[in-house]
Amino acid sequence: MTADVAVLGTGMHAWGKWGRSFVEYGTVAARAALADAGLEWGDVQSVVGADTVRGGYPGYVAGATFARALGWQGARVTSVYAACASGAQAIAAARAQILAGLADVVLVVGADAAPKGFFAPAGGDRPDDPDWLRFRLLGATNPAYFGLYARRRMALYGDTAEDFARVKVKNAAAGALNPYARYRKPVTAAEVAASPVVADPLRLLDICATSDGAAALVLCGPEYARRRGVADPVRIRAVSTVTPRYPRTDLDLPDIATDSAAAVPEPPVAFRPSIARAAYEEAGLGPDDLSLAEVYDLSTALELQWYEDLGLCAEGEGAKLLRDGATALGGRLPVNPSGGLASFGEAVPAQAIAQVCELTRQLRGQAGARQVPGARAGIAVNQGLFGHGSAVVAVR
Amino acid sequence: MARTRRPVVPGWFTGGGDTDGGGPGAENFRLLGTRCGACGAVFFPRVDSFCRNPGCAGTELMEVPLSRRGTVWSYTDGRYRPPPPYVSDPEVPWQPYTLVAVELAAERMVVLGQAAPGVTVADLRVGMPVEVVPGVLGEDAETVWTTWWWRPVPQDDRRRA
Ligand SMILES: [Zn+2]
Repeated sequence: MTADVAVLGTGMHAWGKWGRSFVEYGTVAARAALADAGLEWGDVQSVVGADTVRGGYPGYVAGATFARALGWQGARVTSVYAACASGAQAIAAARAQILAGLADVVLVVGADAAPKGFFAPAGGDRPDDPDWLRFRLLGATNPAYFGLYARRRMALYGDTAEDFARVKVKNAAAGALNPYARYRKPVTAAEVAASPVVADPLRLLDICATSDGAAALVLCGPEYARRRGVADPVRIRAVSTVTPRYPRTDLDLPDIATDSAAAVPEPPVAFRPSIARAAYEEAGLGPDDLSLAEVYDLSTALELQWYEDLGLCAEGEGAKLLRDGATALGGRLPVNPSGGLASFGEAVPAQAIAQVCELTRQLRGQAGARQVPGARAGIAVNQGLFGHGSAVVAVR
Repeated sequence: MARTRRPVVPGWFTGGGDTDGGGPGAENFRLLGTRCGACGAVFFPRVDSFCRNPGCAGTELMEVPLSRRGTVWSYTDGRYRPPPPYVSDPEVPWQPYTLVAVELAAERMVVLGQAAPGVTVADLRVGMPVEVVPGVLGEDAETVWTTWWWRPVPQDDRRRA
C-alpha cells in the first residue's frame, strides 16, 4: 500500500490538572515520541501543531511554538485548528506532506491547558458567531447538547440512564489500567447515579471533564521506516476529514437550528456515519475488520451513538451491544480501551492524537493490562465544531 | 424610568407586543427566517446574502415567519450557571432553565430555544406539541432583552387544533 504512512513513535504527557503551560506538556509528549521512534529532534523535517485557542498567540501558532520549545532547527512548520478535530487534521496534514514527498519524517503535537468547568466562547460581542449566539441567547453549553441527544435516544430507542452509566463504568475500568489517564479509579453505576445532574438526563459522571494533557506522534513514509530498521510498523491507512452534506438535519453544537429539508431532501447518510464511511472506503476495510475503536465519548450517551455511526451495530442497538459486553475489554470489539475521554477528560488539540497513540500501542501489542489480544486494525473517530469530522484507520 | 424592550438579536422574531409568555397578542409572535427565491430553501437563523443550498446560486432571500407550532424533538435543562456571554447575576442563586429542541413540520427543521419559565423537563415529552411565545432573556438598567420561548400547547387548545 503506497498510500500508507508509518507511525514510528508515540508520546504523551499524563492528563490531569497540572497548572502548567500547554507548551511544557507538548514538549514532554514530543520528546517522548521522538525517544519512542529512536530519532533526534534534528532528524525531524516537519512539525505540525494542533492549535489551542486557550494558549493565546502561541496557541494559535502551535507548530512554531513547539518547534521553538524543542529548539529551532529549521524544520517545515504547520499549525492546524479544527476544534475537537484539530489533532486528526494535524495528522492529516502530516500524512499529506509525507505522501506528497515534502517530508520523510514529521512530528505531530497537540497540547492544552484547559480551564475548569464549561468551555466558553472567546470574549467580545459577536452576534455573527453561532458559538457566541448559543451562549448569549440560550446559555446552551456543550453538555446541554449532549443532554438533548441522550434524551432523544431514550425516547427513540429506549436507552436508560443505567445504560449510560454502564458506559462510564466500562471506560473507567479500562482507564484504571492506563498510566496516562487522569482518572484511574474504577467507577460504579451507583456512583454515576449519585453524581449531580448537569443537563437532564446526564449527570456529572456521564460527561467528560476538561483537562490538561498532550500527545504526539512521529510519522514517516514506509521506506524511511525500513531504513530505520522498522520492517512492520503500525500504519495509518486512512484519515477522513469530511464535512456534512446539505441539508444537515442532525442538530449539532453550536447551531441553534438545523438546515431545513423542505426544499432539498436529506442526504442518505447523515454526518457522523459519513465520517466513518469515508475512512472505511479509503482504508478498504469495514467494521467487521476492526479489532478496536477509540470514539469521542464526550458523554456516555454519545458513545452509544458512535457504535451505530461506526456500523458496529444497527441504529438504535448501541445499548444492546454494550449490555452484551461486546465493547468492553475482553469483548468482541473493545471500544475506548484507553479509557476514553471519560478517563482522560478533554484537552482539545491533543485528544485525537491521543486516540491514535492508543491505536498504535494496541496494534504493537504494547498496551499492557488493557491489551486487546491480536489487534490488527483500529479506528479512531472524532468530531469538531462547525462540521469538522475526522476518523483515522490504523493497521498492523 | 421605563426600560426599552429590545430583541436580544435583531430580525429573528416579530410581534407579541409587550407581553411575556402567553399574554394577549402572543398569538402574533413569530420566529423569522428567510426563504431563497430560487430554490425555496428556508433558513433560521436568517441568511440574507447567499443561499446555502450547494445546488443553488440564489441571492434573493425573503423574510418568512416560521410555523408557530411544532413538536418536541428533545429537551434538557441547565443545572449549572452557563459562562458568559450568557448574562446572569452571580449574586442570585442559579435557577435551572429548560431547553427545548422543536421540530417544525412545514419547514422540516429543528429549532432550539429556552422553555417558558416554570416549564420543567417533567412537563415535556418527545413528540408533544409546543408553541412559540414572546419571552424575556434578561434586563439591565435601560433595556429589557426580549427573546422567544417554547411552551406546551395548552390542553383545550390542543383539542381545538
Ligand atoms: Zn436557494
